[in-house]
Amino acid sequence: MRIAGKGLIDRSEPVTFTFDGTRHHGFKGDTLASALLANGVRLVGRSFKYHRPRGILTAGPEEPNAMVEVLDNGSQTPNTRATVQEIYEGMAAQSQNRWPSLRFDVMAVNDLAAPFLGAGFYYKTFMWPRAFWEGLYEPLIRRAAGLGTLKPHHEPASYEKAFAFCDLLVIGSGPAGLMAALTAAQNGADVILAEQDSVLGGRLVAEANALGADWLTATLAELKSLPNVRLMPRTTVVGAYDQGTYAALERVGLHLPNQPHLPRECFWRIVASQAILATGALERPIAFSNNDRPGIMLASAAQTYLNRFGVSPGDKVTLFATNDHARTVARQLIAAGVKVVAILDSRSEASSVEDCPVYLNAAITDTAGRRSLTQITGHHAGGDFLIETDCLLMSGGWNPLVNLACHQNARPAWREDIAAFVPQPGMVPGLSAAGSANGAFSTHAALFEGRTTALAALTAMGKPAQAPDLPQAEDAPYRVQALWQVPGKGRAWLDFANDVTVKDVRQSAQEGYSSVEHMKRYTTQGMAPDQGKNSSVGALAVLADATGRGIPETGTTTFRAPFTPVSIGALGAGGQGAGFAPQRYMTSDQASRDRGAPMIEAGLWYRPSYFPKPGETTWRQSCDREVLMVRSAVGVADVSTLGKIDIQGKDAARFLDFVYTNTFSSLPVGRVRYGLMLREDGFVMDDGTTARLGENHYLMTTTTAAAGQVMRHLDFIHQAYCPDFQVRFISVTESWAQFAVAGPLSKMLLNSLLDERLADFPFMSCGEVTVEGVKARLFRISFSGEEGYEIAVPTAYGEALFRDLLAKAETLDGGAYGMEALNVMRIEKGFITHAEIHGRVTAFDIGMAKMVAAKKDCIGKASATRPGLNGPEREQLVGLRCDAAIGAGAHLFTPGDKVERVNDQGYVTSVCYSPTLGTNLALAFLKDGRARHGQRIRLVDHMRKTDVICEVTDPVFLDPEGAKLRA
Amino acid sequence: MRLTCPLCGTRDRREFYYSGSDDYLNRPSEGAPVEAWDDMLHLRVNPAGVTKDLWYHETGCGSWLLVTRNTVTHAVLATELVAARKGGAA
Repeated sequence: MRIAGKGLIDRSEPVTFTFDGTRHHGFKGDTLASALLANGVRLVGRSFKYHRPRGILTAGPEEPNAMVEVLDNGSQTPNTRATVQEIYEGMAAQSQNRWPSLRFDVMAVNDLAAPFLGAGFYYKTFMWPRAFWEGLYEPLIRRAAGLGTLKPHHEPASYEKAFAFCDLLVIGSGPAGLMAALTAAQNGADVILAEQDSVLGGRLVAEANALGADWLTATLAELKSLPNVRLMPRTTVVGAYDQGTYAALERVGLHLPNQPHLPRECFWRIVASQAILATGALERPIAFSNNDRPGIMLASAAQTYLNRFGVSPGDKVTLFATNDHARTVARQLIAAGVKVVAILDSRSEASSVEDCPVYLNAAITDTAGRRSLTQITGHHAGGDFLIETDCLLMSGGWNPLVNLACHQNARPAWREDIAAFVPQPGMVPGLSAAGSANGAFSTHAALFEGRTTALAALTAMGKPAQAPDLPQAEDAPYRVQALWQVPGKGRAWLDFANDVTVKDVRQSAQEGYSSVEHMKRYTTQGMAPDQGKNSSVGALAVLADATGRGIPETGTTTFRAPFTPVSIGALGAGGQGAGFAPQRYMTSDQASRDRGAPMIEAGLWYRPSYFPKPGETTWRQSCDREVLMVRSAVGVADVSTLGKIDIQGKDAARFLDFVYTNTFSSLPVGRVRYGLMLREDGFVMDDGTTARLGENHYLMTTTTAAAGQVMRHLDFIHQAYCPDFQVRFISVTESWAQFAVAGPLSKMLLNSLLDERLADFPFMSCGEVTVEGVKARLFRISFSGEEGYEIAVPTAYGEALFRDLLAKAETLDGGAYGMEALNVMRIEKGFITHAEIHGRVTAFDIGMAKMVAAKKDCIGKASATRPGLNGPEREQLVGLRCDAAIGAGAHLFTPGDKVERVNDQGYVTSVCYSPTLGTNLALAFLKDGRARHGQRIRLVDHMRKTDVICEVTDPVFLDPEGAKLRA
Repeated sequence: MRLTCPLCGTRDRREFYYSGSDDYLNRPSEGAPVEAWDDMLHLRVNPAGVTKDLWYHETGCGSWLLVTRNTVTHAVLATELVAARKGGAA
């Protein structure tokens, strides 16, 4: 029911929404919860396990009961807390975890079976027979459990992520947070004020106390006017991480009718020199029999609904309080004209000034009402009572929201005088608590602590710290009596969200799960979406009582991030679809696609697989043709993805001698040499050619896959082992477009394009050439075994050169070739790639032991000679020939041996069909393989169901003397 | 987590590549016994407390950093350039 004249909602802006298909009206500024209450809707959900009817317990993000599904343009967001979700025009929400309807839920039968469904029920019941687990029990439990549901299709909504930096992050905008922000801002600090709610002010908004709206309005206006302050409403700080990094989730579009240009949420990483925890406190429920009926809510929630939303929580309200604070709620309700039928105070000595019956030393023993509260029973100093009421407000005192302070595993301290846990200084470096979050509950104390902590933060940052004046505010004592449970017959709920009762916690202690962490896991208390915000302290108090320990000895469970649920979509913002990984394109990319080439990924790069011609229907047809084309005429391939590192300096040669196993100081200018690089542990890291462009200038080529790793490696060697070497290097991979031109007609093709015909240009030489006036680098190297060149031009000219090369090649019966043909040709020649140098092979294994120069030290040399890395026990690189098709990954066995692991002789790394030799070829590692050339070996591939005999050969199948290379 | 690169300032850990123990800095001289190499390559302490390890400012300046930090408190106690440390020369 709305109350005229109360609340901050905008009554000039009505909003229509639906809940379970029924149209309701609210106002701008309403949450779904306040709007439902205003419309008299009490029943909003069903509980997790017993499917008990549930209403609205709180007015904040800690809500354990009122969770709904919001339907929005094809997406369905489950477990949305109605107390947080703002309504907007046309919003559709529905209840969850019920069938067929919220009022008649078949699964409510669980409530009748409750005596059998206590803590540990699953563990005890679903143990046997074992075979039933997968087929019967698990599907059954999965169907019965869970809250909201997701649509089984791709999430169409968008999310965003962002970074922010500030001097001071203030978390929470109640009196403590506002005063802290104001103090820091007035002293010139760069301030971010994050508030989970849509409005700033915290409890000032809800309590409508003497400090009043004027101070709030003026303070917010001042903060808004300051350029060094960023106000972030709807932003929940969800985690405190190392070195002042905080995670925060901002609701950006969730409260608005569909806005295609807004993300739903933004995930922030906020880096702050100092931070102030001003998150306030949460009121706690009291555990008494049937304390979960719709109509029973926290006193502070009722205060929020009254003062902020102008909604009366009921027609006949009762209050069950343990502290003075809650009594003001009753007084405000009475003042607003709400009928308060009785106040029950657990304390024997408390005032009774309200204009209604006040029972001291009182306790509620039971409640009644099927889908909504109708009456309560209990006793007080004067005897038993039975009261007809439709709304019971309860207040068991306040728990400071210490969560963020505990995210780095420190534990809060128990304060007996306020019966609550409070943060201790230094729990998170740079984070200090102020106000209710620190156990200082009066408005004055909050303002005072906000100012004090801000001044301390300013001092810690070496900034000026002038103290502003504090406004006059109430400083009433809190005076609480700890009351965790009222003895009674029925079930008394501690954790509403996961249906955990006092009995469950006691049973847990009885059965030996007396540690708070064990109790949590055995009963599931604190494991629901609210993560125990409403129940953890109450549950551990009950556990402490059941085990005869004190509360501080019992301790809390571990507080972990996130503080409130974070959608996976927000955490992964930007990582969907093409955002998952950057895409790197070569300059020839479009030209390759124009020719119909399917692209395959090589790391982040996209490279053409093959270039289909009309009539070719399989990749093999194209690949075979391209191989024969290169071997008989000329082919062109883009090899720009290979890493290129430019190395210069007086000590460049010396440095390379240290990096490579072989010697580069002896390489003449204008020549290229193949180099092998080891890791320090003696295994092969990478290989490639390095050209000496000048006396003190080298150009290193790495494999595509290891380009980043090699750069890192070079930097490490230089900085760690020889920082005095005068050498500098830089990656120039993306500065040059480089094309392989291979085949007997390669020189003819180049000569048709180069400004000057090639004179003597022997194998493994390099030099500068020009193409239509553009300076280019030419290398005579080959990865195909044919006469081959690689020509490099600045990236800007790459596409033009590629198209020119192809056009000329086609006049010579040549053309482009892709990765498949490139791979076939290198296997025919026994050239290795990272399929072979996969991190577990040595120079000895690949037959390159002689490349480790004896005369000098190099990275990995000492380890490469150690026992176990050289000898017949090693699996060595060999070739395999086979009539049948074979696959990489197959394992090798000596014919006659049983096919089992102990007899394993090696494995296949690369395979191809060689159109040149007309047979299937493979590269493989075989135990003592170099001594077994000519032998037969059994190849078994369980995946592809292959079991064939192969011939072991030298890994170089074609032109072993290299006559074609040098032609 | 944030690290202070002596050249670039304080940066998010995503800019850095983690390499492992600072033992890698103590490369045995040529001809050292195999145990010395074993120590450097394979034997690690796993302290609950202060540790030193190597980080590479991969998306920054390309510097290798020697980071002193506490594995229990996560405090970063010092960062220095590997190239500038004493005895850095091979």
